[in-house]
Amino acid sequence: MPKLNKDEVHPKILETLLADTDISIEDALENEMVLNMGPQHPATHGVLRLLLRLDGETVMSCVPELGYLHRGYEKLAENMSYYEFIPHTDRLDYLSPMANNVAWALAVEKLAGIEAPPRAQYIRMIITELARIASHLVAIGALAMDVGAMTVFLWTFREREKILDVWDILCGARFTNSYTRIGGVANDAQPEAIAKVKWFIDQYEENLDECERLLNTNRIFIERLDGVGIINGEDAIDMGLTGPSLRGSGVEFDLRRAQPYLFYNEVDFKVITYPDGDSLARYFVRADETRESIKIIRQALEKMPQGEILLNQPKKVLPKKAEIYSKMEELIHDFMIVNFGINPPVGDIYHAVENPKGELGFYLVSKGEGNPWKCKIRSPSMVNLQSIPRLVKGRMVSDVVAIIGSLDPVMGEADK
Amino acid sequence: MELKELIEQKLKENFSSENFVFSEYRGELTLTLDKKNIVKVSSMLKENPDLQFKLCEDITAVDWAKRKDRFTVVYHIYSLKLNSRLVLKANVDEEECNIDSVSSVWKTANWHERETYDMYGIKFNNHPDLRRMYMPEEFEYHPLRKDFPLMGIPGSLPLPKK
Repeated sequence: MPKLNKDEVHPKILETLLADTDISIEDALENEMVLNMGPQHPATHGVLRLLLRLDGETVMSCVPELGYLHRGYEKLAENMSYYEFIPHTDRLDYLSPMANNVAWALAVEKLAGIEAPPRAQYIRMIITELARIASHLVAIGALAMDVGAMTVFLWTFREREKILDVWDILCGARFTNSYTRIGGVANDAQPEAIAKVKWFIDQYEENLDECERLLNTNRIFIERLDGVGIINGEDAIDMGLTGPSLRGSGVEFDLRRAQPYLFYNEVDFKVITYPDGDSLARYFVRADETRESIKIIRQALEKMPQGEILLNQPKKVLPKKAEIYSKMEELIHDFMIVNFGINPPVGDIYHAVENPKGELGFYLVSKGEGNPWKCKIRSPSMVNLQSIPRLVKGRMVSDVVAIIGSLDPVMGEADK
Repeated sequence: MELKELIEQKLKENFSSENFVFSEYRGELTLTLDKKNIVKVSSMLKENPDLQFKLCEDITAVDWAKRKDRFTVVYHIYSLKLNSRLVLKANVDEEECNIDSVSSVWKTANWHERETYDMYGIKFNNHPDLRRMYMPEEFEYHPLRKDFPLMGIPGSLPLPKK
């Protein structure tokens, strides 16, 4: 490579270069630096942007910036009917669309004062737990990949693929399901779908053990997470953490147990907690929770009764398609609901469910019209992200990646 | 003791002169209070050993468009001890569009209040970092207000130059 001649360099640059002769490597490390991590960064799980003030490689402070995926779902919800918003809930936490569908349906049913038939509720419970497993599998795989273990990611995705196959049989879509309806579910669970679920839960635990053997005995994985991003229970509650991130700090709070919805009060399961409050504890909580989900699904499959999957409430619930085409009454009700909405009584409710990421709540205000007057989405990812500055302070840059992975944010939900 | 009576009694002990209105809908207890009391009452609800509403789940606002007090700020708080949820509501007028921040009581309120400010333009007094949450800092409007059109306002978001 030809060297630059002194005369070819701009005199001003030359001047600064010559003036800088006494700079040493030690000085350079003493200077603080601002690093802009994201919005396009593979370890931020989407479009999260973190501004890091660094001293050498130590994080002095951190400011998260959100809003790169803001689509204004709360404004959209005010301008569409309760039915029309169901597909939009798929796109909140896009790793567990089924769980979001269920959360929305339950919130609207509480607002309208109706309740789905038992079989529909059991189906909802099964799909919520399957969605939890799918979401936790992605979280575990992505966390492992963030800290350098590639194989686990492929193995957990192989398991998740089987759940997506169940969705495929159940509702015809693998990813954005929109399976629930107000007052029930779109169609009954076919025998093939139930057989597939049974097959899945029978072979799942063995495969999870396999993944865990890769991680739990892996010294690099453990050392990258052990003692990283510690938050104690009291602070975790103060920061509003929910879900596995809170239970990893030793707080036994799970809405399925605390405020049972669906039939969670009738099944037996354990609320997993780990006392350490570090990234490793959050990983352990997720892995163990999937086992509890398997337990819940097994019990739900046993208890699931036969019967209707859609409530018979013509003013609030869309009738079945076959009846619309054959009966006059049903056609009228369908026309009224599609054109004027379900018009819940005037009032406001907040309904929260335990989603894979934490507490997903919908605050709905009805003025007795077809559209909600207000819809607020309390998204767990956004609230959990708030604790990042606290968790990363004083850690290395590489720990930031592990901490984000252990909190498992989904930006579709955090930015709404 | 019922949750309502318990809270009523504690409020009477601490703030005897103030007026509080309770209401209940679909099993949710709501406490409506004057906006000047919000920090006092919420810190009492959090610190009182019999109540311990330590988890602030959500803060948002409702725009009533044509009502006299245009906004209602809504707080959802949860007590792990009592295993119950309480809704706090405080009305805010459009002229004096501000309310005291509760981020000194619950740290998690910080981002919820930033979001509410971003979406409704309600200022939170004594907030440590009242910036917009989602919209760009130079954006002039507050999108969840009812007078903001669904399609947006042309030219309000500067596009990158060619």
